[in-house]
Amino acid sequence: MMHPVAIIGVGWSGFRPVTPDVSYKELIYEAAVRAYADAGVDPRRDVDSFVTVSEDFHEGTSIFDEYVPDQIGGAQRPVHTITGDGLHGLAAAAMQILTGRFRVVVVEGHSKASNILTLPHITAYAMDPILNRPLRANPLAVAGLEACRYMHESGTTREQCAAVVVKNRRNALRNPAAAFGADLRTEDVLVSEAVASPLARLEISDHADGAIVLVLADAETAGRLSPRPAWIRGIGWANDSPSLESRSWARAVYAEQAAAMAYKMAGIGNPAEEIQFAEVDDTYAYKELQHLEALGLCSLGRAGPLTVEGATAPDGCLPINVSGGSLGVGHLLEASGLARVLEVVLQLRGQAGSRQLGDVYTGLAQSWRGVPTTSGAVAVLSNQLGGRES
Amino acid sequence: MSMRRVAVVGAGMTRFVRRAMETPKELAWHAARMALDSCGLTLKDVGGVCIGSAPDAFDGVHMKGEYLSDGSGAWGKPVMRSYVGGGTGVFLGPHGWYHVASGLFDVVLVVAEEKMSSFHPHAQAAFLTIFDHTTERPLEPNLLWIFALEMNRYMQTYGISKRDIAQVAVKNKRNAADHPCAMLGEASITVEDVLNSEVLAWPVQRLDVSPVSDGAVAIVMAAEGVAERITDRPVWVQGVGWNLDTAYWTNRDLAYPEYVERAARMAYEMAGVREPRKEIHIVEPYDPFDYKELHHLEGLLLADRGKAPELTAQGVTGRGGAMPVCPSGGLLGVGNPIAAAGLMKVAELFWQLRGEAGARQVPGTPERGLAQAWGDLMQVGTVTILGTQRPA
Repeated sequence: MMHPVAIIGVGWSGFRPVTPDVSYKELIYEAAVRAYADAGVDPRRDVDSFVTVSEDFHEGTSIFDEYVPDQIGGAQRPVHTITGDGLHGLAAAAMQILTGRFRVVVVEGHSKASNILTLPHITAYAMDPILNRPLRANPLAVAGLEACRYMHESGTTREQCAAVVVKNRRNALRNPAAAFGADLRTEDVLVSEAVASPLARLEISDHADGAIVLVLADAETAGRLSPRPAWIRGIGWANDSPSLESRSWARAVYAEQAAAMAYKMAGIGNPAEEIQFAEVDDTYAYKELQHLEALGLCSLGRAGPLTVEGATAPDGCLPINVSGGSLGVGHLLEASGLARVLEVVLQLRGQAGSRQLGDVYTGLAQSWRGVPTTSGAVAVLSNQLGGRES
Repeated sequence: MSMRRVAVVGAGMTRFVRRAMETPKELAWHAARMALDSCGLTLKDVGGVCIGSAPDAFDGVHMKGEYLSDGSGAWGKPVMRSYVGGGTGVFLGPHGWYHVASGLFDVVLVVAEEKMSSFHPHAQAAFLTIFDHTTERPLEPNLLWIFALEMNRYMQTYGISKRDIAQVAVKNKRNAADHPCAMLGEASITVEDVLNSEVLAWPVQRLDVSPVSDGAVAIVMAAEGVAERITDRPVWVQGVGWNLDTAYWTNRDLAYPEYVERAARMAYEMAGVREPRKEIHIVEPYDPFDYKELHHLEGLLLADRGKAPELTAQGVTGRGGAMPVCPSGGLLGVGNPIAAAGLMKVAELFWQLRGEAGARQVPGTPERGLAQAWGDLMQVGTVTILGTQRPA
């Protein structure tokens, strides 16, 4: 990037399957206070702009941006919402800093999924109202169909998908913030109830509540405030077709394009060698494998075998979702991408506790907006400006 | 720090109508196509897409930005939807600006679409869900009621009459008679017509209010160095501002929109505007209700507090006046498909500053215009300043 942008503060609250003791405002407030303390900034004095991510139907409130300024310290300041994943919010904040008119910009994302009584019905409202919704298909059927096509074209097996679940939920046991840590066997996953064939219950991430706030800064401010900035070396986002009729069903084209944009910005020519670890979307187990291939971290059909061989385990050569991913941490709706970024930042800072990876300097975070979308984003982060070489 | 300058190079809009037969995707594409055609570009030239659309509840589509993406020209491209309620359309100015000014994009397509007619029987009911679910929704508030509260407060604070305010509706609906896309243009409307219209929630009467509408607007924004190759008359983004006040709207004095002033000051500072009343030549403030145009002119520091009605009465804000306000016809005249109506104001500045506004063209050679929108719970101000001069 022309003027480097860094993440200089992170804060989170959660992640738990239910949070009857706190409102979404309290969750966000807790995360924001921690992020501002971590970054050493006063939101009323030092923050130039705030970006929040949310979708009205998940909140049960129209024009939800109305309800965000107070608990992030943003009242009477520049605040706006992106109806996207947290990584889209991160991109919006980074762009504002890159203009040169903003020094410190905050990104907020949250999930109060436990408040949603009928999430599959809400998701069904994302189907094209004219062409697809009359079919009354459960949106999970879209994921089942895609899993079928992906597994067929890549040669991926159900056992390989199940290995993703086993790995990520075990990883979550070492993450105190994760909601769904568990020690499972492949067999447990395979025999769990079929939901949308070939997807079984344990291959589908459960939702959790929580909030994540990140503080971004330009290079000068980062140098002044942060002993351990995590530099955003590249960021990209893209959509394939929203229409079920014209999209790719085997490949995650949106992730390929978002990665190409981020790699170009970061000057990464060979991601499989230059990306040391990654946090990728694993809303469904097959998605982790499909995304690893789309990101160029391995070739088509290789992600499954690599997972079974242990290459993507924390002690493997390409650790993936050391946090536990959405399968282990819990899916955080629009905050899911920020959870991926949060783990990359903690690893780059050496603050990941018992799951800390040794000697890492470049990591990748990737998100997908879930069915029925083809929308995703990618960020490449490093604890050294310009990567290891500089 | 030197900034990358950004220009608007093309614009297009659909007609604003009560009930469009097109799908939301089709409306978005009609506007996007017109904007691209207006500057001789195709989708191949577009690096990224910015979408604006107001509540998903209008058309009952969850993640409406995803749904609209291909219709907005974003298949296989980076696309982002920004959202600040009624402020969304004018916020697309800052949103598109930071995409290009960041250096990440040379050309972005900026599309605002709204289809309110899908909501049966009337889109007003969608607004019930904007209120606080615990403290306000049980009262079953209606958006008209809180506007009535604010209008009352504005009138009471400054001693303004209904007749003073009705002049705004008359001016804008007459202006809209010259707009080919307008829904409620009426050349012969009078103040008496407004004052005699049906009372909705006192003091708000039917002709004080903009209509429920369907429509879409798009603009093309490009970086310096690229913009000049696309057109010999780029219109430059000179300033942008936005500001969101607390959600607790009941705790502020509704007589004055402080958040609009803060957004305006942010934009004036960026544009180097020190004396807005002299340096802003055309104004497109948000006018979903007639009193809001007055309220916003004061928040934008273009009129003293409580004095905007005098400017209207003196003809200063007429199309041929010293400071034309809503020469397009505004939301009251052209229509109010929420996000699209905001971007229509930005597009109007583009056409006026290029001398392409046809029968709506203001006299003289205006060099700088300001578009402003408002939204949420009497809460957000968004401002875009465009000008013919390339920023220093």
